Amino acid sequence: MTVRGQLSVDAPPLRIDSILGDRSIRIIVCTGAGGVGKTTTAAAIALRAAEQGRRVCVLTIDPARRLAQAMGLTTLDNTPRAVEGITGAGSLDAMMLDMKRTFDEVVEAHSDPERAQAILANPFYQALSSSFAGTQEYMAMEKLGQLRTEADRDGTWDLIIVDTPPARNALDFLDAPARLGSFLDGRFIRVLTAPARGAGRGIGKIAVMGFGLFTGVLSKILGAQVLSDIGNFVAAIDTTFGGFRERADATYALLQDLGTSFVVVATPERDALREASYFVERLKADGMPLAGLVLNRVQVVTLTEMSGEEAIASADRLDDGDEIESLTAALLRLHAQRQQIASRQQHLAERFTAAHAGIPVTTVPALAEDVHDLQGLREVGQLLAEA
Amino acid sequence: MHTSPWTADPDYAETVTQTRWPGVALHVVSGKGGAGKTTIAAALALALAHDGKRTLLMEVEGRQGIAQLFDTAPLPYTERKVAVAPGGGEVWALPVDPHEALLDYLEIFYNLRRAGSVLKKIGAIDFATTIAPGLRDVLLTGKACELVRRIDKNAPDAYQAIVLDAPPTGRIAKFLNVNSEVSGIAKVGPIHKHAELVMSVIASPRTAVHLVTLLEEMPVQETVDGIEELRADGLPVGGIFVNMTRPAMLSADQLVQARAGTLPLDAIAAAAAAAGVRTDPALVAAALGLEAREHAARVDLETRERRRIDELDLPTFTLPMIPDGIDLGALYELALLLRSKGVR
Repeated sequence: MTVRGQLSVDAPPLRIDSILGDRSIRIIVCTGAGGVGKTTTAAAIALRAAEQGRRVCVLTIDPARRLAQAMGLTTLDNTPRAVEGITGAGSLDAMMLDMKRTFDEVVEAHSDPERAQAILANPFYQALSSSFAGTQEYMAMEKLGQLRTEADRDGTWDLIIVDTPPARNALDFLDAPARLGSFLDGRFIRVLTAPARGAGRGIGKIAVMGFGLFTGVLSKILGAQVLSDIGNFVAAIDTTFGGFRERADATYALLQDLGTSFVVVATPERDALREASYFVERLKADGMPLAGLVLNRVQVVTLTEMSGEEAIASADRLDDGDEIESLTAALLRLHAQRQQIASRQQHLAERFTAAHAGIPVTTVPALAEDVHDLQGLREVGQLLAEA
Repeated sequence: MHTSPWTADPDYAETVTQTRWPGVALHVVSGKGGAGKTTIAAALALALAHDGKRTLLMEVEGRQGIAQLFDTAPLPYTERKVAVAPGGGEVWALPVDPHEALLDYLEIFYNLRRAGSVLKKIGAIDFATTIAPGLRDVLLTGKACELVRRIDKNAPDAYQAIVLDAPPTGRIAKFLNVNSEVSGIAKVGPIHKHAELVMSVIASPRTAVHLVTLLEEMPVQETVDGIEELRADGLPVGGIFVNMTRPAMLSADQLVQARAGTLPLDAIAAAAAAAGVRTDPALVAAALGLEAREHAARVDLETRERRRIDELDLPTFTLPMIPDGIDLGALYELALLLRSKGVR
């Protein structure tokens, strides 16, 4: 009876179910700006995949409390836990990333116990692994690699779904291997490790190499104590970094594989779509396979035949009337407001699809409340699948 | 005295001159992603610039959000005027680039700018600004501190207020507190001294950290958690900006009916027909009823979340949703609204 619709987007539909049905796809990465519903989207896709028979592990980063509860996640213990209440033959394990713990595990796995102990106790390491921004991106990447290794070895999962950190640049994790590489191959690390390798000798060698100015600068800025703390840390972690870097390279290659699918998440707002455009370009440049765009929080349009202008004109005619007339006027103005929002969203979505022709899109209407339980996630999954 | 359209606004109380946050020089604006952090930071810079003041709007996430908001080409890393405020004030902008901030830092504190190219060649600049997590934040907060210290020194290029469009709520405490981490690592020496200096501005009454939220569950929860974190780190919390609120379109009685689905649809259809709607009136009434129900659910949610905000017992500034989106005109409107709520 009622005409209800969503944005009419001039783009091929993003068919989530055919991605989930494709057994060769083994990694799905959800990325997008902060606050667009990325984690919820990742969880909803994971649940849907599990209920379609896939054996799924979903790695979430900093999920909202109630979303975590919806999946039965109460503690941040860095281990995938089975989600109860899945129907069908599949399974769903969920976990929250514990950045520090992941880092500690990397250190322990790649160093002998004595050296690991020295690293874990280093004040520079402790700050780096728990307090500083940026570490999360590296660790998310590391964890994905670990999960995939485990899946290959034990056959535990046939699909891993990851959420990306809400970084200033949500794709920073793509740069992790290259940055680490340039750091490890660079001369800078040699300068940093020089003091630890044997006081004057290292520095002297570097000075001969023409870096006297540099070491002078460093000790002037950092002070000798910090320089030696960092030097000790870098020297100790050198081998660990090497192992970590190999893994990061492998994970990067994995992301370019056709068995991976990227889902860019946005809302029909200017900033979120601008970020989405950037992600789409960036993924293309890096040769990462893009499945399409999920547009969350779309204003549902009811009664498309009646424009906002018509509703306001009619409401104006009802002003100063009786109770029913003023009620009707209020309802018409409410309709006009919704139409106004919807047409702005429509305009923004059109700009995106015009700039990125051929990229599949699916839309999810704005929901009154956050997801509280599995049923709520299931409904989001259903809406996602109805492209 | 200027005659501007703004002074004609009844909300524009010229007589109130007392500032809302006496002694605060650095306004840090954080909030959940998507809540309109950059918009509020810009409106705040504009509101604080009224009446001949000069404010600086800083951004640190490299997104060129200020340029987009003020509708200009991407801004370089220099202080540049982007808008005038009513009464002759000016808003300046500075998108801080970590690379440049590092070179600045070397120059200001060590007179070592010429070392920059050497550092760059061997990858040290890259290391400091992208690889070493946290150092970037040290540079960015350091720059904000330097701008505040200009005020203290009565420098000719000092601003009356600095507004920092900061990282989102989830990261804000760590971002602002990065220097106390650093001073813990570097226990003596120049870095230690610098870190202490930055913290003496940031964790002091010279700074106010404002949080932008929406009346939705997750953003409010993040705000509550964020305030807790800020307080635990001894960082000064300013106000809460409740953004994108929608006007109450229905009365309490009407909302009850809308919620229960008992709106008199037949009478509404008749009234709509009398008002000349061109679509089938019964269809119109049914659709309006459905929309009213969704609206009621939204109002309930907002009321619930509003209560949680009120419990925080902090100065709260409520701003409306601008249905057409934010442009320069909307920014001036929001700034005026903030003025009318005593922001100056």
